[in-house]
Amino acid sequence: MAKVSFHHNDGNVDVLEVDPGTSLMRAAVTNGVAGIVGECGGQAMCATCHVYVRPEYLDGLPEISEDEEEMLECTADPRDEDRSRLGCQIKAGEGFDEIEVDVPASQI
Amino acid sequence: MTAAPSTPSNAQDQPNPQNIVIVGNGQAGIQLVDSLRKEGYAGTITVIGEETHFPYQRPPLSKDFMAADKEPKPLPLRAEKFFTDNDVDSRLGVQVTSIDRAGHTVELSDESSISYTTLVLATGAANRELNVPGSDLQGIYGLRTLADAEAVHARLDTVRSVVVIGAGFIGLEFAAAARKRGLDVTVLEYADRPMARALSPVMGNWFAQAHLNMGVDLRLGEGIASFTGGGSVDSEGGHVAAAVSTTGETYPADMVLVGIGVIPRTELAEQAGLAVSNGITVDSAMRTDDEDIYALGDCANYPSHHAEARTRLESVQNATDQARHTAKSILDTHDAGRDYTELPWFWSTQGDLRLQIAGIAHPDDETVLRGNPDNGKFSVFCFRNGRLAAVESVNQPADHMAARRILAQERNLTPEQAADLEFDFKAYSKAAAAGV
Repeated sequence: MAKVSFHHNDGNVDVLEVDPGTSLMRAAVTNGVAGIVGECGGQAMCATCHVYVRPEYLDGLPEISEDEEEMLECTADPRDEDRSRLGCQIKAGEGFDEIEVDVPASQI
Repeated sequence: MTAAPSTPSNAQDQPNPQNIVIVGNGQAGIQLVDSLRKEGYAGTITVIGEETHFPYQRPPLSKDFMAADKEPKPLPLRAEKFFTDNDVDSRLGVQVTSIDRAGHTVELSDESSISYTTLVLATGAANRELNVPGSDLQGIYGLRTLADAEAVHARLDTVRSVVVIGAGFIGLEFAAAARKRGLDVTVLEYADRPMARALSPVMGNWFAQAHLNMGVDLRLGEGIASFTGGGSVDSEGGHVAAAVSTTGETYPADMVLVGIGVIPRTELAEQAGLAVSNGITVDSAMRTDDEDIYALGDCANYPSHHAEARTRLESVQNATDQARHTAKSILDTHDAGRDYTELPWFWSTQGDLRLQIAGIAHPDDETVLRGNPDNGKFSVFCFRNGRLAAVESVNQPADHMAARRILAQERNLTPEQAADLEFDFKAYSKAAAAGV
């Protein structure tokens, strides 16, 4: 299990224990984490699962694919060159056992 | 048409909706719940789903869900907590059996009834079914619901040869997934190219070759004539053993997947006397010819700004964008006009091929290629009357996103620019989106 923390703008934090191979988007949607939508079902088509990864957890994450790169240019809240990722492309156990992300104010 | 279209509404004339009933808890219905609350609606919401399962996403069912390496899990559309947090009365495993328009109530299959001030039909579509001889044999599946997907997935572990009827999106997504599992896959398609209804001929033909290269035995111009049974399963009427095509060929089939399109679920609307023509007829605000009833998503036939014609689309984008629009129509909170004008876009994942479409292509559009099809990364630009109408991309997400920006802004480019790789399409699209 990996520990995933979703930090919200109001200071609230959702902390989830996530099975290996499960994406941040799926974990968030399944558990009702506010602000993560996942409208396209994890196909990197919609950019509604945008998160800002906290800097100390960036190392070891999988590289940004061409699909993800294009969608990150279309996020509702501004992209952060270093920290922005799509939650559907980051999976527990693939580069981290623990991760903390900030949830953007808007996704659409 | 059974009645004149309703006139555009005016905020002051509308009663404040207090009791909204949504029939259908798919992508459209659930997004509408979300959007109504986001728009500030504080009245009651009842959402009725005929499946017993909690609302889930359908698109992965024909793709990731069919992979061999894991126990598949459906992806919920929202968590259970969403429904309690938003004070939504979610009814599962129950159908609406009739609408009483005069009395503003719906009757349910559990013999209860619910009154509404606004009713929304988000009833979706049902799979078209085959009626050739042998269609009732065991081992012949459709693929739409989670129950369908679970049955198919369970069956895939035990079969060698699969016959797919219909080379549309669902059939080909499934065919590619089955090939990835090492199964023998035959696809029978009556038309002379795959996905003929949705894709330009050049892209359709490219996909035909790509599937042959994947090892799919794709048979074009060859429909299904009948199924024959075998004795492998002790079920009534027997189990499918082979598919016989319209040209008389016989293909062994341990299982059959039927993907021959869908029929919009309009039966409730028809019973209630609402206008129906290839879907429930709505205006550009998603309202039917009854001013208290709306329809959206797969079941709705709407005046499409981009297609310049009445259209019915089956896609996530169509369902969710129309839901956001419908919420504003119901609550009269449109700030950018009541006409729905969102650009349609689509995607399909077939093995390693990712098809993305922006706009709506017609078979007779003038087409221009950008990039080299032999590399498996290219786009087809479709022009109609000298204007860019649609862009189809394979493994070329930058072109797709640029096309969405250009088409949404209704900006044009020339066929020469489209074909010219020196022309910076992405930068051009961003400038267009920024209003330059």
